[in-house]
Amino acid sequence: MRLKLNGTDSEVQDNLTVVDLLKSLHIEPARVAVEVNMQIIKKCNFNEYVLKDGDMVEVVNFVGGG
Amino acid sequence: MNDKLIIKGIEFKSRLWVGTGKYKNFEETRKAIEASGADVVTVAVRRTNIFDRKSENLFDYIDPKKYKILPNTAGCYTMEDALRYARLAREAGVSDLIKLEVIGDEKTLFPDTCATLKATEILAKEGFIVLPYINDDPVMALRLVDAGAAAVMPLAAPIGSGLGIRNPYNIKIILEQAKVPIVVDAGVGTASDVAIAMELGCDAVLLNTAIAGAKDPIAMAEAMKHAVMAGRLAYKAGRIQKKLYATASSPIEGML
Repeated sequence: MRLKLNGTDSEVQDNLTVVDLLKSLHIEPARVAVEVNMQIIKKCNFNEYVLKDGDMVEVVNFVGGG
Repeated sequence: MNDKLIIKGIEFKSRLWVGTGKYKNFEETRKAIEASGADVVTVAVRRTNIFDRKSENLFDYIDPKKYKILPNTAGCYTMEDALRYARLAREAGVSDLIKLEVIGDEKTLFPDTCATLKATEILAKEGFIVLPYINDDPVMALRLVDAGAAAVMPLAAPIGSGLGIRNPYNIKIILEQAKVPIVVDAGVGTASDVAIAMELGCDAVLLNTAIAGAKDPIAMAEAMKHAVMAGRLAYKAGRIQKKLYATASSPIEGML
């Protein structure tokens, strides 16, 4: 299926959960926040939340800033 | 000396808060922040680099267990964006602290006052500890406290300008009315600017560029640490009145 991942079109496996997606990207779930179609997915739901074709996914973390 | 800064039950060890932007690299960030003695560091929320996972992470250098992480909503020009970034920051982080910035103008980076006020109200209701960045505007400072701000952070001068406190009289009025801690945020250039803010009675100073942009950021960080301490001590000590004419320090009695 296709996702819009951090603004980029990406091809991923079907029925991926948020935690699967993060694992496949080598991202430590504890350090990020995830939004799907503008809705924040709580960390406690990363395991269950199944992504759908066409979902707009944003993965953010902290960077240097003032 | 018992002189602790407490905001909504959170105890702050230092009255100098520093940003983590604009440094040459993470190692320099780490060293400068260590030298500053700050226990609060601000960070921004941005997209994770999903294509280059070898790139280093700020938290590999700044231990979130050692520092209080204060996420900002920098770069947001609407209330909706600021709310979105604040909520993401809370989810990515460990606390309810948020440095709320809603920018109103690209050139000056002055805040959008109306949007900041509305966002403060909404976020405070959602349980955030909202620290809004505002102009040196005494009326706005009061409104923000009514809206639920846990502290108010008036600018000294435009972000990154290094102009220092441009309107100490407004800051003084803000301080006189203050029911919450007042943190001068943005615009300081050097140690004396920080000392002036603290001498006025501000509770803390938040800065980034003044350290990161200095020729030697680590030395400047140390200078800022001393400036905050000196300014605070001078404020607590109570300065002498300014007078137009001289008063001799040595006695007349006993002169030949």
